[in-house]
Amino acid sequence: MKILVAVKRVVDANVKVRVNGDNTGVELANVKMAMNPFCEIAVEEAVRLKEKGVASEVVAVTIGPKAAQEQLRTALALGADRAIHIQTEEHVESLVVAKLLATVVEAEQPGLTILGKQAIDTDNNQTGQMLAALTGMAQGTFASEVKVDNDKVAVTREIDGGLQTIELILPAVITTDLRLNEPRYAKLPDIMKAKKKPLDVKWPTDLGVAVQSKLTLLKVESPAERKGGIKVGSVDELVDKLKNEAKVI
Amino acid sequence: MDPRHPNHFQHTEREAMEFDVIIVGAGPAGLSAAIRLRQLANEAEHELSVCVIEKGSEVGAHILSGAVMDPCALSELISDWKAQGAPLNTPVTRDEFLFLTESKAIKLPAPPQMHNEGNYIISLGNLCRWLAEQAEAVGVEIFAGFAGAQVLYHEDGSVKGVATGDMGIAKDGSPGHNYEPGVELHARVTLFGEGCRGSLSKEVMESFKLREGADPQTYGIGIKELWEVDAAKHKPGKVIHSLGWPLEHSIYGGAFLYHLENNQVAVGFVVGLDYQNPWLSPFEEMQRFKLHPAIRPLFEGGRRVSYGARALSEGGIQSLPKLAFPGGALIGDSAGFLNVPRIKGSHCAIKSGMLAAEAAFEQFRSQSEGAITPDYTEALKASWLWKELHQARNLRPAFARWGLVGGVAYSALDTYLFRGKAPWTFHHHDDHTQLKSAADCPKIDYPKPDGKITFDRLSSVFLSAANHEESQPAHLRLKDESVPVAHNLKLYQAPEQRYCPAGVYEIVATEQDEPRLQINAQNCVHCKTCDIKDPTQNINWVVPEGGGGPNYPNM
Repeated sequence: MKILVAVKRVVDANVKVRVNGDNTGVELANVKMAMNPFCEIAVEEAVRLKEKGVASEVVAVTIGPKAAQEQLRTALALGADRAIHIQTEEHVESLVVAKLLATVVEAEQPGLTILGKQAIDTDNNQTGQMLAALTGMAQGTFASEVKVDNDKVAVTREIDGGLQTIELILPAVITTDLRLNEPRYAKLPDIMKAKKKPLDVKWPTDLGVAVQSKLTLLKVESPAERKGGIKVGSVDELVDKLKNEAKVI
Repeated sequence: MDPRHPNHFQHTEREAMEFDVIIVGAGPAGLSAAIRLRQLANEAEHELSVCVIEKGSEVGAHILSGAVMDPCALSELISDWKAQGAPLNTPVTRDEFLFLTESKAIKLPAPPQMHNEGNYIISLGNLCRWLAEQAEAVGVEIFAGFAGAQVLYHEDGSVKGVATGDMGIAKDGSPGHNYEPGVELHARVTLFGEGCRGSLSKEVMESFKLREGADPQTYGIGIKELWEVDAAKHKPGKVIHSLGWPLEHSIYGGAFLYHLENNQVAVGFVVGLDYQNPWLSPFEEMQRFKLHPAIRPLFEGGRRVSYGARALSEGGIQSLPKLAFPGGALIGDSAGFLNVPRIKGSHCAIKSGMLAAEAAFEQFRSQSEGAITPDYTEALKASWLWKELHQARNLRPAFARWGLVGGVAYSALDTYLFRGKAPWTFHHHDDHTQLKSAADCPKIDYPKPDGKITFDRLSSVFLSAANHEESQPAHLRLKDESVPVAHNLKLYQAPEQRYCPAGVYEIVATEQDEPRLQINAQNCVHCKTCDIKDPTQNINWVVPEGGGGPNYPNM
């Protein structure tokens, strides 16, 4: 079975982002970028399935600027066999991403397509679901456990108040939650080897998908600064403040 | 094995990789050495594998400098740097030199070393990012996120290479569930370009007694913030240096303000680490500096966007160690090439890297196997770099001898009358022996941060985006656990709480209400000041897991 894993280049989770000067987005100049942490979990799961002998090949795919090839090389260093880069310098929305991925699914015919449940930059949580809808594949979102059994996959989902286990018929789309696994560190020799693994570059026009936005970003603002806490002198004062100032009781 | 190394527990066999040259640290020295080696190899059609490792999460993540750069060395390395898009975007247009009193700023004539015509205000981090691209284009392998944790030796004592640190270690030092052992990198030449007070450089200096015959190194700590200021107050290319307030005249130090592109201003403050009053806090001096009536207006209505700190070597040529040893050499600020009166070192770092590369390559041509000693001392002595450092050699120690006024007076004499050729050379002392007891020194009251122009340590560290994998053991090792309280607290009121610019060290009370030193290693911005200034050299800074530390953009 072939596994397709989608990865996204985002601002590194350790970077404290700040709004740019003209409120059109966050400052990106010379900011450290990295693979979206949920995508790392997706890559790890795919590589583990290959190590268990469930999968025979892991293909990583990304959509983004030229520099996004760094994230594909990371995926290759972590154990993916080859990579596909759909290159565009434009901003791509979830639906466009899903449409582009659908063309890759069509061409590659993977048994499983694994994505992060969301990217930490825009937090949309849409692409996996849209891809399932566009391709007609079954979907198992927010996965915390994945068990493949012949032509079926059991996915344990993190839902409000507990866990839900569903069984999907392959091919299927899975989106990863945090607890699915803990990604490994890339080894230095593997990073070197990854430089020589195959990486195909395609353009959205080759795939017949127009990169267009249906949403307009109006404004990006920093959240209001948090006010410091205060100490209250008595229970009565606390109740009074909760009632009359905070108006929560 | 030495317990100072993160690899002191060896659970798994490490993989080994072979290269011709390993370079530790992707700073200006290391990257320039790598580029020069591959240039020479390409010209001579000589096979030569060059590998650079960098402990920062990416190239540039741990680079912090003013910085005004003299492009002379860069032009020697890559003559068409302008056409290649090097990020030297802001030529210096104006130099100001101020002497500050508490309420006044007196303009002094800028001494010739501080004339900056032809120089550029840059982000050294961004220059390194660009140098890394140039290096990869000529065939250098660069691995960021891998820390050089251990020096490896051949049986004959020559350096065999370095091992990268293990990843995924638990708090108690045992392997965690995603444990990944380090890798041994073997090479015929290992160049140490770790910057000031590199942890492996420190070790090889001891192993090969490289400091014998040299003065002790003397250091400074530089603390820097990057601001976005009101466009109306922004004058791209303007350079201001100041001496005097808020520092006592016995302390060597001063401030810089550089107007970069895009309404950015870099503000920095450097304090010589030979200061004697344990109450002194370089961080708070820096914050207080911004409140000076001549300085404050620049920051009003502005926004602080980044923060960081780094120690720098101020000893000059008196303090240069022997540079080469069997199997390797020290380059850049690992050796200590900063030119203090010019307040510049990046051009020196680049040049030293190039000289070491040329010396190494010559030996690769003549010697087909075995460890190489890339001794570039003679080439250095014949270069402009030596001349420049020789001229500058007496100015920093003059300040240590005679304080600010005497130092300025001597500098004028040395520069204008002797032109750097005075027939004497002043010497340095160790910084860590300089502290006087707290009881003998006046306590310093620093103003409380206002949250607009001045800040506390924690909100500052936040802006450095410093991060370390939580589960690992602290990378700041105490040789003797009792020293922080029994010695440092008793005698000096725990000076590590004040000289650390990142709030790593904190005296807290135990449950029995006894004082105890808490080490918040996660805050560390890798400046190395604690390793330098701790009075009994009880703190040993070792590399944490690769990728940890600050994530500086544009610094």
